[in-house]
Amino acid sequence: MTQTQTETQTYGYTELPALMARMTGAEKHGPAATSTLDALWVLYDRVLRVSPGTADSPDRDRFLLSKGHGPMAYYAILAAKGFLDPATLVGFGSYDSPLGHHPDRTLVPGVEIGSGSLGHGLPLAVGSALGLRAQGLTDPAVWVLVGDAELDEGSNHEAIAFAGSYGLERLHTLVIDNSSSTYGLPGGIAARFKAAGWSTVTVDGRDHDALHAAYTRPHPGRPHAVVARVEPKN
Amino acid sequence: MDTMRERFTGVTTRLLDEDPRLAVVLAEIGAAGFEEARTQHPDRVVNVGIREQLLVGTGAGLALTGLRPIVHTFASFLVERPFEQVKLDFGHQDVGGVLVSAYGSYDWPAGGFTHMSPGDVALLDTLDGWTVHVPGHPDEAETLLRHAAAADDDRVYVRLSEQSNRAPQPVDGRSFGTVRQGGPGAPAVVAVGPMLDAVLAATEGLDVTVLYATTPRPFDAAGLRATGATDVVLVEPYLAGTSSAAANEALADVPHRVLALGTGRAELRRYGTRDEHLKAHGLDAASLRERIAAFTR
Repeated sequence: MTQTQTETQTYGYTELPALMARMTGAEKHGPAATSTLDALWVLYDRVLRVSPGTADSPDRDRFLLSKGHGPMAYYAILAAKGFLDPATLVGFGSYDSPLGHHPDRTLVPGVEIGSGSLGHGLPLAVGSALGLRAQGLTDPAVWVLVGDAELDEGSNHEAIAFAGSYGLERLHTLVIDNSSSTYGLPGGIAARFKAAGWSTVTVDGRDHDALHAAYTRPHPGRPHAVVARVEPKN
Repeated sequence: MDTMRERFTGVTTRLLDEDPRLAVVLAEIGAAGFEEARTQHPDRVVNVGIREQLLVGTGAGLALTGLRPIVHTFASFLVERPFEQVKLDFGHQDVGGVLVSAYGSYDWPAGGFTHMSPGDVALLDTLDGWTVHVPGHPDEAETLLRHAAAADDDRVYVRLSEQSNRAPQPVDGRSFGTVRQGGPGAPAVVAVGPMLDAVLAATEGLDVTVLYATTPRPFDAAGLRATGATDVVLVEPYLAGTSSAAANEALADVPHRVLALGTGRAELRRYGTRDEHLKAHGLDAASLRERIAAFTR
């Protein structure tokens, strides 16, 4: 891969569309790419304690993008926060680019897991939370982002039931709900987490202050699920 | 004598005391045996309940934070049911760990085919970078488990069996051992793990070299070539032909023949005993002798 001069500048929320346009070549983006944009931005901008300088630090917060489809918003935010040289965005999906249509943790700094196949992130997050605790690292938070349709995968339900019952307090699940599940969970997504013993909150996934409040709500002794509702996919 | 599973529990319990990097993940199977270890190391012995996808994903998640997970259940539920987790959560994430299975291909015939996994090693052969240990005795199992636990970030599969050879052999976690030396260029019979005793009985009086493989992956191509044999018999306690590709690759530049013996592909809809199943698969000493003698004649 050709190395280019790394841009050290970071970017704000208003510049995200321009960063995403480097990947798509247009100002308009598909729902899969933008459904996560605001929820991810607030998480990276105001909540997660991780930076390019601490991307390998044992006590960093972990963010696991389980829903690896449509990662443009994710890449744009990693670029905005300095994990990724914005110049690499233009190669999105090409042979020489580290940026695939699904992310690969071994190719992109700050990417905690390779994803694309649905239903893997939440179990990996459970293991990460357990692993940190076993090493006395009780402070770092583990966040995992899943889609509402991704919750169709049974592996998530194995993880939800275990984490709730186990009281895995440092585990946080962010569910982006764009109503794309073919058979949604009766009674709603939060109800399913709540029944398993999680702390839950459902918010407008475009409202930054509401997202921040949801992310930072105390949840002693329980894992925490934030359901961020956005406009339906179809 | 204890079983390999019992040895696994005891050895792993001690290893947890010695190495703070190790953690054990279980899905109910074997959990009772780890109760004392869990009391000693509550954060490093985790039972996720009857959830095998979560079992493997949790193990890999532990590895992402720098721990070395030892993940255990029956082979059917460890390799076959959550196979995509094995492929992606360990391989694609590029992390290591130790998968330890029990019951193998025919260890509990009365339990039926749901508890048999003759295809586990062949399945792992579709993935890159897995070391496979198949001990043939509890002492060997202990040695190989210790190798696996200490193997940095390697991905290691340890296949424990109820079937054992009478005496342990020296094992190093890498190469095939020579148990019987034939004449120059004599056929080589590769006995994998618990098949050794039957192979030694079957080849009594035949001019063959018997190699003993407790680490079939990576396949010890150099060890096989060093015998000078161009006729090779593979005797494996899982699907016949699992190691054929590896043996053919080892001898790719010389004319050679390979006879692959192992369990049949067709589901054997019988209960009964392990010995009955070994006979049905042609893996008892008398059947092996007939087939090996016909091939090497």
